[in-house]
Amino acid sequence: MTPILEARSLVKRFSRKPDIAMRLLALAGRPVDRRTVHAVEDVDLAVAPGEVVGLVGESGCGKSTLGRALAGLHPPTSGEVVYRGKPVRELTKAERLAYTLEVQLVFQDPYASLNPRRTVRQIVGEALGVHRLAPRGEIAERVEAALAEVGLDASYASRYPHEFSGGQRQRIGIARALAVDPRFLVCDEPVAALDVSVQAQVVNLFMDLRETRGLTYLFISHDLGLVRHICDRVAIMYLGRIVEEGPAQALFSDPQHPYTAALVAEIPDVRRRKRRFTPIAGEIPSPMAPPPGCAFHPRCPHAMPVCRETRPALAPVAAGRQAACHLHTAPGASPAAISTTVGVPAP
Amino acid sequence: MTPLPADPSRPLLEVRGLRTVFHTLAGAYPAVDGVDLSIARGEVVGLVGESGSGKSVTGFSLMRLVDPPGEIVAGEVLFEGRDLLSLPESEMRAIRGDRIAMIFQDPLMTLNPVLTIGEQMIEAVTEHHGVGERAARARAVEALGQVGIASAAERLRQYPHEFSGGMRQRVAIATAMLNEPDLIIADEPTTALDVTIQGQILHEMQTLCEASGTALLWITHDLGVVAELADRICVMYSGRIVETGSADAVLDAPRHPYTAGLLGSVPSVNAPGTRLHQIDGAAPPLSARPTGCPFRTRCGNVLPVCAEIDPPLVGPVPGRGWRCHNPMPERDAA
Repeated sequence: MTPILEARSLVKRFSRKPDIAMRLLALAGRPVDRRTVHAVEDVDLAVAPGEVVGLVGESGCGKSTLGRALAGLHPPTSGEVVYRGKPVRELTKAERLAYTLEVQLVFQDPYASLNPRRTVRQIVGEALGVHRLAPRGEIAERVEAALAEVGLDASYASRYPHEFSGGQRQRIGIARALAVDPRFLVCDEPVAALDVSVQAQVVNLFMDLRETRGLTYLFISHDLGLVRHICDRVAIMYLGRIVEEGPAQALFSDPQHPYTAALVAEIPDVRRRKRRFTPIAGEIPSPMAPPPGCAFHPRCPHAMPVCRETRPALAPVAAGRQAACHLHTAPGASPAAISTTVGVPAP
Repeated sequence: MTPLPADPSRPLLEVRGLRTVFHTLAGAYPAVDGVDLSIARGEVVGLVGESGSGKSVTGFSLMRLVDPPGEIVAGEVLFEGRDLLSLPESEMRAIRGDRIAMIFQDPLMTLNPVLTIGEQMIEAVTEHHGVGERAARARAVEALGQVGIASAAERLRQYPHEFSGGMRQRVAIATAMLNEPDLIIADEPTTALDVTIQGQILHEMQTLCEASGTALLWITHDLGVVAELADRICVMYSGRIVETGSADAVLDAPRHPYTAGLLGSVPSVNAPGTRLHQIDGAAPPLSARPTGCPFRTRCGNVLPVCAEIDPPLVGPVPGRGWRCHNPMPERDAA
């Protein structure tokens, strides 16, 4: 099946634009600070119709940038976003519109992502009007249908965002995405800002919509417990690159990359009591100065000399599974060590 | 101030009937509405609740750090038998940061941005103990080393903004541990951190508290972390503790429908790909708290009596109890 959306060798870097002070200093001979954030580096990821793919990583790993690039919000620095088998830059005007509408975003912060000066009807109905997807007279009806679908009363349409709780706002954000009849939702930490009891409501809504609308999801999250629950397939990112990718259950039960193993060991579990916390040491390096070789080697208890020099490629390690780790390929190394990643005390 | 000799039969901290209200134009609303809580020496107690449940205000009230329009209007906070709420402010200052310390979700709340880490940490020692700056500096270096900060002597010269989020939280923990307090109140200290950093902070808190016999009140919304860390758990809803008991009892055999609902909504206890058990609705605002039991509007076990009578705390033994007219069936704790 042709994937709905695909990243091919996608790279996204953000460079600092020299401000006036820097330009003046440059005239005086001071070298210009051209530090670049390597947000996404050479990522390949395909999402097939009907799939729920989880994109997991810690802050700064590039997961949100990748999601936004796939949704067309960030033009890639190099590489390509491919929509239904065709690179986005080659799409005709009509195809481009279809891409824009079919791929919708749901954001993390339901307070920042809704315009406080517009009513719910205006927020949810705006795209319908802009793209002339419905005659003026029918927009109100379509808005009410979208609100009903996310479990909000039609009478809420004339209210403003501040009149709603966090969970209700997130439902409004979802209704806005649904109004244009999308096929693919990029959800960027959609429940992270919500209370625990409300999180379950919104997660259930996503699962219901998958059934009723046949939606495909890219679910970006740092919450591994949640990702394990709802995703078919998971990609783990570290410092701009995918380090492991595979079916959710297999990836969580038998990680093939030490970083995945460390993350999985840190998933809080209500069934575990009086645990001895023995986390992985070190912090995530700056994406402005990624370490040479494998970006994870400064924190990896299994690091070998080769890890400091050569970056491991993402390569198949089992049926449907890929990992980027020298333990799978280096002579004399054993991938069995990966499962022992945690238990190493912090310094 | 010389601390009273420790009495092993008495809890380190005993809170009785604590009530903290917020005055508004429309009236005074209780954010903390009759909280009873006790913490033994060296014990880890988890205070679990969602936003608006009053868990943070409880923490601030114990430290007497509630600012207007908030006001502590009733109750006792007995620390080693003395009521903190009736102490003169000067004596309370001597206890804060020395016998009881606090750590927040945002470490920048405790760190002064215009002073170096060293100036702040040294002051925290000299303020409470008659030691010179040299001895205080040595203690600060030692405390930073204990939380895994390398080249501590150099880092003392840096300002808070020069540290990453995880490092700042380590500095806040090291500062809290400087005087080896009897109790640390930790308000969501790992919520803003990444999972691998959260694991490191939990490891350091656990190790340090065990080494110095420090008790810990861990305030959080995260049941998973509390399950792995706490000896006992108190669940708060709408300003009250609605269930309390050992971690095993509360998590394996919850009796309050709210606790059971929270546990049921955790993804890992649901089969993958299935709908999660959910609690409908949202917590009521303080200004519109229902009569009777505040949870009844969201409760699956609701009875007519719930609208009329606020359920009292009932339980089989001291330290285990719930506030519910129609509790979940009894189960055995693992």
